[in-house]
Amino acid sequence: MLQVNHVSKQYAGHKALDDVSLHVPAHSIYGLLGPNGAGKTTLIRIINTITGPDSGEVLLNGRRITPDDALHIGYLPEERGLYKKMKVGEQALFLARLKGMSKNDALKALKYWFEKLEIQAWWDKKVEELSKGMAQKVQFITTVLHEPELLILDEPFSGFDPVNAELIKKEILALRDKGTTIILSTHNMASVEELCENISLINQSHIVLQGNVEEIRAAHSTNTFLLATHDTLAAENLATEGIVITPQNGKNKLNRYAISKPADMSNNKLLGLLLDNCSVTSFEEVLPTMNEIFIKTVSK
Amino acid sequence: MSKIGLIIEREYKTRVLKKSFILLTLLTPILLVAVMLVPLWLSTIKDDTEQHIVVIDKSGLYEAALQNNETYTFDFTNRPIDTIRNSQQGKNELTGILYISGNLATDTAQVILYSDKQAKVETVDYLSGLLNKYVEDQKIASYNIPNLREMMENARTDINITTVKWDEDGKEKESSAELALIIGMISALVIYMFILIYGGQVMSGVIQEKTNRIVEVIVSSVKPFELMMGKIIGIALVGLTQMLLWVLLTVGLSSILGGNLLATSDMNDLQTISGMQAGQPVPSGDNIAAEIYGMLSGYDFVQLLVMFILYFLGGYLLYASLFAAVGSAVESETDTNQFSLPLSIPIIFALYAAIYSAQNPDGPLAFWCSLIPFTSPIVMLVRIPFGVPAWQLILSFAILVLSFAGTTWMAGKIYRTGILMYGKKSSWKELWKWLTYRTR
Repeated sequence: MLQVNHVSKQYAGHKALDDVSLHVPAHSIYGLLGPNGAGKTTLIRIINTITGPDSGEVLLNGRRITPDDALHIGYLPEERGLYKKMKVGEQALFLARLKGMSKNDALKALKYWFEKLEIQAWWDKKVEELSKGMAQKVQFITTVLHEPELLILDEPFSGFDPVNAELIKKEILALRDKGTTIILSTHNMASVEELCENISLINQSHIVLQGNVEEIRAAHSTNTFLLATHDTLAAENLATEGIVITPQNGKNKLNRYAISKPADMSNNKLLGLLLDNCSVTSFEEVLPTMNEIFIKTVSK
Repeated sequence: MSKIGLIIEREYKTRVLKKSFILLTLLTPILLVAVMLVPLWLSTIKDDTEQHIVVIDKSGLYEAALQNNETYTFDFTNRPIDTIRNSQQGKNELTGILYISGNLATDTAQVILYSDKQAKVETVDYLSGLLNKYVEDQKIASYNIPNLREMMENARTDINITTVKWDEDGKEKESSAELALIIGMISALVIYMFILIYGGQVMSGVIQEKTNRIVEVIVSSVKPFELMMGKIIGIALVGLTQMLLWVLLTVGLSSILGGNLLATSDMNDLQTISGMQAGQPVPSGDNIAAEIYGMLSGYDFVQLLVMFILYFLGGYLLYASLFAAVGSAVESETDTNQFSLPLSIPIIFALYAAIYSAQNPDGPLAFWCSLIPFTSPIVMLVRIPFGVPAWQLILSFAILVLSFAGTTWMAGKIYRTGILMYGKKSSWKELWKWLTYRTR
């Protein structure tokens, strides 16, 4: 749905983006990851047509993106704020109309969302009276109100308590199920694993890792497995095959072992060897978390 | 268009509905009218307390001069001053003791007014007026020339030069240099104030949006240039609204209050007082009104108003866009000094240039400063009431329009980059870089 082709952007003195390409499939959640200052915000601003690329292009549904397309994009910036002196309702209405909604449509949609997130009582409050989390809720609503095709959320969970973070997470998933394409930029790797199908990891203006989350985790496999058995496993039996067995803390009379195999041995071969030595209660591969992959990739 | 309209609407509404705006807009005309009318009103309040004066006239010449009336009663006595003073001690009934020691025609200093409190100027004026008139009459009578009083009245002269300005058709217009000066200075001052105040509002508005971090949300819906222009135009409308309300309220209030006041007071009285003080003959009330009206009608107020609005808008747009650029370049209001000072200096200079230009509206300072766009909105306004050749007006305004187009374009480029720049200390060098960034 969204394609970024060979985009570069130079700011005086440094390159913010260097030959960045990515493809966001429709109706999915796409993770945009990277350490601070990697160039994520610049890329997001280019997709939003807030700035233009020096070279390369951004295609939306196969067409080169224009400022008019911004009407079909919802953008929740990381650095976000509201007019402090304005009333919540007025402000939401103003932002909705800037996105091209008519006053009536905007009022209807606002009513729906305010009821859904149970914040009707805030309509006439001034923004400065709201807590940070409350203001975040209002901002989330103003971002999704005009039913954008493409939603760009930069750290959407920051400032929320766990209850509200869960609430917002549910809304994001609901929006995806309704057909919205979502770009999620966050440092919260747990939510990336939970929500994103594909990711791009940007580091120092370059894309250093890209693809399906599960595939990436599989590719970063450390060939480590967790085995639970009622038997006792003797490490020396398998050492000749290159298998390293480390006992772990067990409980409920189960013994647990961390097992690491040589990279060229298949999982089935390993399982076969293990079955010869004990009766397996459970056997599972330990994939690295996105957090580990992030740190490993970035600090390379 | 509709989006810039939305931004203008928001800027306008939130500012006009602010309590401080409403208060200031309502209170200023009331204050202004009060400043104009209160002295007038106070002067109409007459002091009706009776003045009791004991006269010790050693010369015995002036009993006829000092006649009792509603306010003043005179008692003639030959008792010594001290006796009177002691008998009146602490009673507060006596205004004073008028002691005339000799013939005033030969020595005008031979009269003293004693009193417990400092004698009122009004009382002293009244007494000396009576005595003056009496002595004068006596002197005139002593010359034994028939009709001398009439002859003297005739001889009295007061030259009053009327200034007449030829307009382009060669028609004559009554004018007044003082009035031109007043009209010019007032318009220049108002423009000066509005540029500084509303330019400053544009700047702090931009800074607020930037520090609030709302700007990124908005520029994802509208172009930064639209946001900037929307703010500038919205605030200009707020300024015009305030100006219009001030004019309407001031005129309305002063005509209602002033009308009532003048109806209840005796206009001629007032003029007599002021005329006497200035030592000039007193024209009748109708004359003054006609004179002022004649002078005012010598000015083309429609032209003045149109020029005022044009130069106000031109000057405001020129400076407001620069203020917006400054606002976009800084992180907080306290950082603005290094950039806003170079903006305020030409405005303040323009005011001084305007003051000197008023003395010599066709001199080289006035001429050049009314062409330079950074000073012309203020200086030209001072010159207009004195009459400015059409080519100068057109040239000056054309330069102004071109300049504000230029500064707006420049400001737009700086603004576009500046509003999304956080945590970077901006310098002039930095601003120059932003200015030269390639557009998409």
